[in-house]
Amino acid sequence: MAEVLVYVDHVDGAVRKPTLELLTLARRIGDPVAVALGNGAGETASVLAEHGAVKVYTHEAAEYADYLVVPKVDALQAAVTAVSPAAVLVPSSAEGKEIAARLALRIKSGIITDAVDLEAGENGPVATQSVFAASFTTKTRVSTGTPVITVKPNSAAVEAAAAAGAVEALTVSFSQAATGTKVTSRTPRESTGRPELTEAAIVVSGGRGVNGAENFAVIEALADSLGAAVGASRAAVDAGWYPHSNQVGQTGKSVSPQLYIANGISGAIQHRAGMQTSKTIVAVNKDAEAPIFDLVDYGVVGDLFDVVPQLTEEVKTRKG
Amino acid sequence: MSLRIVVTVKYVPDATGDRHFADDLTVDRDDVDGLLSELDEYAVEQALQISENSDDDVEITVLTVGPEDAKDALRKALSMGADKAIHVEDDDLHGTDAMGTSLVLAKAIEKAGFDLVVSGMASTDGTAGIVPALVAERLGVPQVTLLSQVAVEGGAVTGRRDGDTASEQLQAALPAVVSVTDQSGEARYPSFKGIMAAKKKPVESWDLSDLGIEAEEVGLEGAWTTVEAAAERPARTAGTIVKDEGEGGKQLAEYLAGQKFI
Ligand SMILES: Cc1cc2nc3c(=O)[nH]c(=O)nc-3n(C[C@H](O)[C@H](O)[C@H](O)COP(=O)(O)OP(=O)(O)OC[C@H]3O[C@@H](n4cnc5c(N)ncnc54)[C@H](O)[C@@H]3O)c2cc1C
Ligand SMILES: Cc1cc2nc3c(=O)[nH]c(=O)nc-3n(C[C@H](O)[C@H](O)[C@H](O)COP(=O)(O)OP(=O)(O)OC[C@H]3O[C@@H](n4cnc5c(N)ncnc54)[C@H](O)[C@@H]3O)c2cc1C
Repeated sequence: MAEVLVYVDHVDGAVRKPTLELLTLARRIGDPVAVALGNGAGETASVLAEHGAVKVYTHEAAEYADYLVVPKVDALQAAVTAVSPAAVLVPSSAEGKEIAARLALRIKSGIITDAVDLEAGENGPVATQSVFAASFTTKTRVSTGTPVITVKPNSAAVEAAAAAGAVEALTVSFSQAATGTKVTSRTPRESTGRPELTEAAIVVSGGRGVNGAENFAVIEALADSLGAAVGASRAAVDAGWYPHSNQVGQTGKSVSPQLYIANGISGAIQHRAGMQTSKTIVAVNKDAEAPIFDLVDYGVVGDLFDVVPQLTEEVKTRKG
Repeated sequence: MSLRIVVTVKYVPDATGDRHFADDLTVDRDDVDGLLSELDEYAVEQALQISENSDDDVEITVLTVGPEDAKDALRKALSMGADKAIHVEDDDLHGTDAMGTSLVLAKAIEKAGFDLVVSGMASTDGTAGIVPALVAERLGVPQVTLLSQVAVEGGAVTGRRDGDTASEQLQAALPAVVSVTDQSGEARYPSFKGIMAAKKKPVESWDLSDLGIEAEEVGLEGAWTTVEAAAERPARTAGTIVKDEGEGGKQLAEYLAGQKFI
């Protein structure tokens, strides 16, 4: 069977969930071969093997952390040369898309970004994209070269599948461009203990209606009762009530959870662009005319400061 | 010393309008009002600020690749304060993908001459966010992308990139390609004076032959990706909407329990 390269997104050896989703999707097209780079790359092998990787290429070098994007492109290109894959899959993070794009250009291949589904087709893999703020669904194919496709988080349910996961060291020689953009310092984001926003099964978001940084405690309490991640609209972020890293929407994170609960959010097109593919959508808003209600499966017209705490209590009671 | 900045700006269908696809599965640009992609206003703004904070002679050129109407995007950028504009327009560009777009941009940037390219973080239609990285790869210069803060000094560009797991401080020598996010600082509104001045600023028009690009390298035929189908998403079936009369939270809990979320 043809091999499919999967770029591994990991933090010091801890593989992030979107990569496991990619391994699941890759198996529809061929045999997944994973590429793990940087500090802790070697430690990723066992979990990758449990999810279907027949082979795991690893390479550790300081360049991956010290310089932006290009060293990773060099490594992925070396992996493409080594296996001549049927496709290359990369998680659709901001960095993932940049890596994928530069790789695609170098190997003279088309690129599809932000796929939400993937299947084998007669002329190579066919990707589904959800475009124009999720108002259209397109089916797209790469017509030149080796398909390079970036896939959004939550596009597939992770399935375990044992495979050999044979670890092999990748030989990489860095290009001259690799050291062009230096990372002079890095401040890791502090963990909140809550699930990662783009990976969470449930997201509870607050908007301008939350009316103050201190009031976000109401949103957090609901999120914690449900084991959810916390999101925010740009209005809430711009007001300084919540960190930008939690912004949902066109210029924030795009989320696709099982359940999205929007509180005090009107539902502007740019916000919808980041959450419209959620499976179930719920909103609490005191304005019955708010556009968010056009999207919901269930909506409550009311003051969030009455509705949300009552809901939180009820969730806690029911969960015992 | 002088600093030549090229700002890439895209003309896009208005996101608040009724965007859709034409019969050839390209974006229908005839039926919808277009405008300067709002995220490129942030790029123009940062170029203007770099200029205002610089002791050097700075010249800001705005560049777009797009149909006749794309001149509107250039006018807006000129009225904000850019010095001159380049419009790459050619019928053979219809249906160009990201690879082709980056080729045209890179050739035009080289022809214009540059020390710094400033782009938006993503367009508001394609939203891929890959064109700046592709242009950097093609030009063979550093990419310093997705910056929420940017500064140019002493022949180098520095900036902050807020990533998924960390916030990074970046540095590269010029020439370089930068892209900026909507966190970089609100874009200014054109003043009346700016709008009047923009009418007199030069707009050059180039076609593919001016850039030494063959028609087969771009357009729908030259695209390395093929859109096979585009369908409007079925409207969501109307949801249940209740008015809170004291029990709204409990009713919502009942619904969530019914859906097995609790
Ligand atoms: C280029 C660009 C990119 C953008 N990117 C994003 C993005 O990524 N994400 C994003 O979210 N936005 C984005 N925006 C902004 C977007 O257009 C909206 O301005 C924003 O989403 C509004 O946030 P909001 O819904 O919280 O606020 P508003 O629109 O002000 O809505 C607040 C809502 O809260 C309700 N409310 C008030 N008080 C209460 C209460 N006590 N109880 C219940 N309901 C209450 C009101 O009825 C109202 O519906 C972008 C805009 C542009 C131009
Ligand atoms: C819904 C949709 C989906 C698409 N999917 C794909 C795909 O999967 N693969 C693919 O190869 N192409 C795709 N395209 C085509 C692609 O969007 C265009 O080729 C586009 O010109 C470049 O990509 P972008 O708009 O996503 O730009 P981005 O990479 O999102 O834009 C970033 C920045 O690049 C600059 N820029 C981009 N285009 C121009 C321009 N024409 N003139 C001046 N500056 C510009 C701007 O500064 C902009 O802020 C898609 C287009 C649409 C409308």
